[in-house]
Amino acid sequence: MSQSLKPYLTAVRSSLTAAICLQDFSSQLVERHNRPEIEVSNTHNPELILNPMIISRNENESILIETSINSIRISIKIKQADEIEQILVHKFTRFLTSRAENFFILRRVPIKGYDISFLITNFHTEQMLKDKLVDFIIEFMEDVDKEISEMKLFLNARARVIAESFLIPFD
Amino acid sequence: MTKVPAVYQLGHLPIKDHCFSPDRSILAITKENMVEIYKINQSNLSLKPQLIATLNDHDKTVTSVDISPDGSKILTCSQDRNALVWEFKNGEYKPTLVLLRIHRGATVCKWSPDGQKFAVGSSDRIIAICYYEEENDWWVSKHLKKPIKSTITTIDWHPNSILLACGSTDGHVRVFSGYIKGIDSKPDPTVWGTKLPFQTLCGDFINETQAWIHGVKFSPNGDALAWTAHDSSIGFVYPQGEGLEPKSILNLKTNYLPFISVVWINDSTIVVGGFNCNLVVFKGKESSWKEAYQIEEQKDLTKETPHTNDDEDQEISSHQALNMFKQLDLKGRVNKPSQKQSKGLKTIHQNTINSIRNFKNNQVSTSGIDGKVVIFNV
Repeated sequence: MSQSLKPYLTAVRSSLTAAICLQDFSSQLVERHNRPEIEVSNTHNPELILNPMIISRNENESILIETSINSIRISIKIKQADEIEQILVHKFTRFLTSRAENFFILRRVPIKGYDISFLITNFHTEQMLKDKLVDFIIEFMEDVDKEISEMKLFLNARARVIAESFLIPFD
Repeated sequence: MTKVPAVYQLGHLPIKDHCFSPDRSILAITKENMVEIYKINQSNLSLKPQLIATLNDHDKTVTSVDISPDGSKILTCSQDRNALVWEFKNGEYKPTLVLLRIHRGATVCKWSPDGQKFAVGSSDRIIAICYYEEENDWWVSKHLKKPIKSTITTIDWHPNSILLACGSTDGHVRVFSGYIKGIDSKPDPTVWGTKLPFQTLCGDFINETQAWIHGVKFSPNGDALAWTAHDSSIGFVYPQGEGLEPKSILNLKTNYLPFISVVWINDSTIVVGGFNCNLVVFKGKESSWKEAYQIEEQKDLTKETPHTNDDEDQEISSHQALNMFKQLDLKGRVNKPSQKQSKGLKTIHQNTINSIRNFKNNQVSTSGIDGKVVIFNV
């Protein structure tokens, strides 16, 4: 299983590098507006949206990359093997998204079917270097699995200790 | 002579477009809502340019700037739907509003080579050809809009000042006639067409992927057109006359990230640059075009930098082994991410190159999102 992580991350890295080619683009629909085209319900100008792309490692882990001319949305499905992990992932992503304004590229609400979404616009690529943005997302993907497994181990250990001390009186 | 005569770091805000005056004494750059005018030391290009004026009449991002061929007027356009012509009078730059009659942001503007008129492309799916009306003392415009379906991203004038090429996000490259009665004299026939009333569509070309067009440029003799698109390809067309199929249409696919801008050095050499932060030179003619060389050495951006594994054969203790497998399982790699030694890219531009312009013979100037204006020898 671990052998499949490396090609997965490599695929994500090269896809992101190619996808984050964004430029300033003012709205074709509304005067004096400049908004991320990927977030506009786009029946009016479909030419500004590129084909979305899904890279998956297995049925539980995948990443969805949706690109438009001035913005890109990256949605990640984090591995959830059992119910504990589901709860942990939910709590973890909620912790992050409720602090979204400090993360700049984090989207407040994830796309349906995914656990966490990032929204990168041309203004972000103007302020930050692109390769660092890609590095950040790759690192996030590496770290989030680790974090979740560690929390799960910690939780199990704690549950064991609590169960033990709970059962001592009945010994 | 060095490869790079000058690198100007002009702040850290993105520069969308830049322009040198024809005598190369003045440099105009866009910076958010403003345009900054710098004086260049011509005897020693490498000295830092001196800020002499800031033009701030736009209230949205300025998208493009151009200096007229005689050097007297500066044209700017912005996402606030306006274009302004600035003239230097009594020690300061005075703006004149242009009657563009567009309702979305203006994306790009260019003076015609004879300086009589200019074109402004917009998100309104319109190109406005503007000219000076003596009796009313203002700039008025005529619209080209017939088959355009999407935002105009780039325009370029033919050397005869009549024909205009444009690229748009619907993936079409079109060549129009911008002939204005009373301003232009009757044009000589070209390979693009003989009779050229206003709004004649002289050519319409499309990539197979229908990717957005980022840059178009006529060759110096005007008999060929090159364009760059978002599918990383470069297109060339050589027409042979009105009503006839073009002599050749080429679509050169490359392995780089998309190119934004293209300029011709001579009739058989072009320089392109864009998202890969480097300039690439292509050479060729009607029959075929080939990559010649990159101006700066560069690694492939899509590949991860390999970690130097010099400690691979060392013996490992059981604890390290445990760690190693843990890392392997969780992160898919054996060692910790080594401290990245290289900060940033190897190229001079650290971010996307937004515009390239001819500076002198065999010299081009570039500007990018990283706030740099650079002059390169080609």
